[in-house]
Amino acid sequence: MSTLKNSLYHLRLLDDLGKHNSFIHKVHPLIKLITTVFYLAVVISFERYDVSGLLPLIFYPMFIFLLGELPITPILKRLLIVAPLIIGIGIMNPLFDNSKVLIGNIYISRGWITFLSILIKCGLTVTASILLVATTGINRIAEALRMLKVPKIFVLQLLLTYRYFSVLIEEVSIMIRAYSLRAPGQKGIHRSVWGSFTGILIIRTFDRAQRVYQSMNLRGFRGEYINGYNSKITFKDFLYLMMWCFFFTIVRIYNIPLIIDRIFTGVIN
Amino acid sequence: MHMADALISPIVGGTMLATSGGITAYSIKKVQNVIDEKKIPLMGVMGAFVFAAQMINFSIPGTGSSGHLGGGMLLAILLGPHAGFLTMASILLIQALFFGDGGLLAYGCNVFNLGFYTCFLAYPYIYKWFTRKGINSKKIFVASLISSVIGLQLGSLSVVIETLLSGKTELPFGTFFLLMQPIHLAIGIVEGLVTAAVVTFIWKYRPEILERTAKGKALASTTISKVIIALLVAVVIVGGFFSWFASSSPDGLEWSMEKTAGTSELETSSEIHEILANVQSRTAFLPDYDFKTNGENEEQDMKSEDKWPSVNSGTTTSGIVGGLLTIVLIGATGYIINLIKRRRRKIS
Repeated sequence: MSTLKNSLYHLRLLDDLGKHNSFIHKVHPLIKLITTVFYLAVVISFERYDVSGLLPLIFYPMFIFLLGELPITPILKRLLIVAPLIIGIGIMNPLFDNSKVLIGNIYISRGWITFLSILIKCGLTVTASILLVATTGINRIAEALRMLKVPKIFVLQLLLTYRYFSVLIEEVSIMIRAYSLRAPGQKGIHRSVWGSFTGILIIRTFDRAQRVYQSMNLRGFRGEYINGYNSKITFKDFLYLMMWCFFFTIVRIYNIPLIIDRIFTGVIN
Repeated sequence: MHMADALISPIVGGTMLATSGGITAYSIKKVQNVIDEKKIPLMGVMGAFVFAAQMINFSIPGTGSSGHLGGGMLLAILLGPHAGFLTMASILLIQALFFGDGGLLAYGCNVFNLGFYTCFLAYPYIYKWFTRKGINSKKIFVASLISSVIGLQLGSLSVVIETLLSGKTELPFGTFFLLMQPIHLAIGIVEGLVTAAVVTFIWKYRPEILERTAKGKALASTTISKVIIALLVAVVIVGGFFSWFASSSPDGLEWSMEKTAGTSELETSSEIHEILANVQSRTAFLPDYDFKTNGENEEQDMKSEDKWPSVNSGTTTSGIVGGLLTIVLIGATGYIINLIKRRRRKIS
């Protein structure tokens, strides 16, 4: 029940955030999509032993959080839900790579360095994807996909899946509540009703889809989902993309923390 | 079982994106031929159904724990392979964007692992084979169970291979394989049992839903071979291109620099560079940013360095100091942005 409610809450939150009107929200969706993909590619292209080089990339999500006026806690909470899976695989690194490196005066297993690199990458990639939706909204992402010539059948499918997700989640939570009230203290749905429980949901789903289809037809649906957006990419948008790409490229080529360190230690000495 | 962005390399991610993109394009073409475009609402609502169904806990008898439905096989059975695959692809995109399950670059891997094996291998070759002479509850049960288990086993094998090819983890193939396959065997059995129960129920109460899908020519033998050939070509071209791209020079960016600037390293003769070089030569604390590893570990390090790129401990130390400074710098920038924003708000 809690996962159901959490998912619904999370979805509605992102839906609401996507409707804000900040500087970041006004950037063209296609530009934001390309920036995000470029950012992700740069993040994952780092060597597995390179931890310091990754750090300047934290600037991007921080910038979006601040200028997009987004709440940090709920988005980071989502990160915590996803993280255990990646930690599960990453934690094997210290076990399998025992060769030691000297850092300062302490020897540590090289595996910990690769583990740390995976953790940072996980944080950056997951946050970047969620921030894209939180500043763009699904309808405008669909618009960007259409501009990229993604077939409308797929985009339509995506939008409808998203739109009906919350409807069906509510349907499921009603069914689960009804079931659990009749089966107190029972964990999950009993084997004897596996088929009928989910089957009933499918039948309801099919019937609902039928009604949806009929009502969409009555409202003039002819295979195209019209969302009313038709924005053009402006010079400002282009500049936004260029600046980020320039920043990511510089961070990828030069190890900024090492350069800062050199300047810093140089000043001290 | 979702692959995450953090665990894949750009080469693997790019190759799989291209491959899954190809299969998606093929499925879209097929779906357009088979079903009326106006009936896409059914696919959309079914996608939402799988989402919702994934959140139902099914209690597993005798274990005290509960399992979930993945839904790949169920989609293929209820909608047919092409529409099933497209529905799975859209579910995975929403999961990647909204929930951070998987990721945008790992999206191709996830669509392939969770959609291709169930819709294009397990469904036409296993489920269809068992039900070729008509359906009854027993046949549905066996067909659903076996196809779900095999579909999931192939998917998890694929995860193992993709992870290892990406080289982000240290897990040896054997260990990872032995860890993943048995877990997914158990998951596959639960998935198969639930799928079987659901399909049997639907068949009893609304047989027309299953009959409609079963009547549609699932996959003619010629088309699947075409798909596989196209896939292989895509993998060879994309994989070959990317690996050449990656191996001919240390990284793609240097390669592109070489193409555009004519040299792999930019010659920096500016004043700033000279000042930095001076600053660098004066630093005695970390000369050349290199610590020597002590004798004991040298041999071990040498061995492992043959296989993998090494960690330079000196660089790592300067990395920590510089890294902390970078974070402080980023934090300070954030603070300043926030301050400016507040002031502006006050003024307005």
